[in-house]
Amino acid sequence: MISILIAGVGGQGTLLASKILGVAALNKGMDVKVSEVHGMSQRGGSVVTYVRFGKEKIWSPIIDEGGADVLLAFEELEAARSLTCLKPGGTVVVSTQRINPATVTIGVAVYPENCVQMLRDAGANVIAADAMALAKKAGNVRAVNIALIGTLAAACETGLTREDFERALTELIPAQYLEVNLKAFELGYNYKDQ
Amino acid sequence: MSARLMLGNEAIAAGAYDAGVGFVSSYPGTPSTEITEYIAEYDVYAEWAPNEKVAVECALGASVAGVRALAAMKHVGLNVAADPLFTASYTGVNGGLVICVADDPGMHSSQNEQDSRHYARASKIIMLEPSDSAECYAFTKAAFDISERFDTPVIIRLTTRVAHSRSSVETTGKSSVSRREYTKNIGKYVMMPAMARGRHKFIEQRGESIVSFSETSDLNNIEYNDKKIGVITSGICYQYAREALGDTASYLKLGIVWPLADKLINEFIDNVEQCWVLEELDPFIEQYVRAGRISDIRGKNMFTMLGEYSARMIKSVVLGAENKFLALDNLPVRPPALCNGCPHTKVFEALKSIDGLIITGDIGCYTLGALPPLSMLDTCVCMGASVSMAHGMLKAQTGESKIVSVLGDSTFIHSGITGLINMVYNKSPGTVLILDNSTTGMTGHQDNPATGLTLKGEPTWPLNLEKLCEAVGVRRVVTVDPYNAEEIRAAILNETAANEPSVVICRRPCVLLKAKQNRSKSHQA
Repeated sequence: MISILIAGVGGQGTLLASKILGVAALNKGMDVKVSEVHGMSQRGGSVVTYVRFGKEKIWSPIIDEGGADVLLAFEELEAARSLTCLKPGGTVVVSTQRINPATVTIGVAVYPENCVQMLRDAGANVIAADAMALAKKAGNVRAVNIALIGTLAAACETGLTREDFERALTELIPAQYLEVNLKAFELGYNYKDQ
Repeated sequence: MSARLMLGNEAIAAGAYDAGVGFVSSYPGTPSTEITEYIAEYDVYAEWAPNEKVAVECALGASVAGVRALAAMKHVGLNVAADPLFTASYTGVNGGLVICVADDPGMHSSQNEQDSRHYARASKIIMLEPSDSAECYAFTKAAFDISERFDTPVIIRLTTRVAHSRSSVETTGKSSVSRREYTKNIGKYVMMPAMARGRHKFIEQRGESIVSFSETSDLNNIEYNDKKIGVITSGICYQYAREALGDTASYLKLGIVWPLADKLINEFIDNVEQCWVLEELDPFIEQYVRAGRISDIRGKNMFTMLGEYSARMIKSVVLGAENKFLALDNLPVRPPALCNGCPHTKVFEALKSIDGLIITGDIGCYTLGALPPLSMLDTCVCMGASVSMAHGMLKAQTGESKIVSVLGDSTFIHSGITGLINMVYNKSPGTVLILDNSTTGMTGHQDNPATGLTLKGEPTWPLNLEKLCEAVGVRRVVTVDPYNAEEIRAAILNETAANEPSVVICRRPCVLLKAKQNRSKSHQA
């Protein structure tokens, strides 16, 4: 069984990412639970989505403190915020994107300079990827979440193969955007953090 | 049929469709909205009503006419619909009637944390509570049969984590349900005192029949494992408990949370050594169990009335287990915010440039105007309250402050209009700002009576807000563009200076709506 917490900012495409993971696992005959947050917090706030799947029965759709094997973060500060849910020894796959929250923009808070290093210092295994650059290279910045899923697919023990992910992408992404997204997935998959 | 990953709300829609639902009327509200959006994708009549009271009354009408009907809403929506709810219990149904209510423990998107199970008890209506998407589907199908079998509305209670989680569902196909004949029945459908007395007797008897049904129904389930710890639970807490305690505990999982199955509960308590009741929010099941027997029940006194439970919490309280985790402190918070270019922001900026205003707020995206840097709202209570509370403040105030109400187009239609009628009738010089962004924004862009489109996307007669306000007696109605800073500021200054009720309609479509329309156009192309 694997528990993946997806953290980001409202509007970054965390829901699609969770759907891809969920469908890939379901197609593989695994039990799956995905929990989403809709409504007010989607308006530019911190958003977390939980994905849990495995060969055994999955009960809770929620990941508690210390419960995530993998933290998939679309933004540095959100990775830091969700670290509390990571299991000791778990892996963080983080996009090195920074989005200032309103509290920083209006000057009542400061964006931490070194989120990735803070995560490493706290004891997490961190894979940091400039997923935005990978998505641009693939041909569309909107594919940034798919590039990051590619990195996760290669780096983490999910019980799913590259083909399982590609099949889920084919199922869920509209035909005209599929090629760009498959390319982004591939670039993410082949990415190596120094 | 192979398994599909479905949102809880999507599974409710599938269950209703497969049960042969023929009429659906709802008002959007997180976390219930998608139930109705998914139903609208089927070939079933479905609509957005202007508020939840109207939705439940419409559904009751369709039920009386002989069709299976459903209304869905969030917990606070059931407060609006409470009036028809209590008497629908008396009339009972003809076609099955199901009311879905989604509670929001943890208040992910709500103004309070009410426990709607109390409504089932107070209105003497059976309430089912599913714990995952497969049960959402199965319980909804069962609910329509129960409704017709016992001549009662059925409430299905969800919480955010069930409504907004995906798990696998195997659908079992559409039942063929024929429309029931309508026969005039004054004793059943006209609730005047003489008839209602007869119906009250009926619903008390019905209650007893439903208790007997509940004792043996497979909607409730006992699972004996190790009997040292026994857990009575329902809904999402069952999943948390199962996750936390596994086979080291036994479980009584209640799918019917009202009325409660006495014998079943007592049998379970007798068979376990240490009995826990695990439920979020109020000790609804626990107090019932405690009232029936003074036994060593553990529950609320060890947990919390506030927010959500979790598997980790159950593990640590029931088993005393410790769980270590990492943490980083002092990170800047990221609260939700109005989008870039949002017309509401422009209205708030204009309001901010005027000194001495009290601003009563309402439920919608513009509630975010209460957060810094705007910090513009003085109050926010419930749908429509911005207008009525402004009236009360105006009548009560002794100071010189001008009072302005701020609410959206959909919220104004939902229940702002009655407050405005009161403002005119009882002569208060309030100024109501209707932030008309031509959609129901916060819940994800649903149409409403003013947008000119139905839930199914069909063109309809659009409600004219200017004419509506004039018709209730407001003589000062002006319409402005929020992007025109000078115009909007001037309008607010003019109207707050006037010694009579006034309405300023600030009209500009939601920026996300535009993006959405452009996307769907490019998809078609």
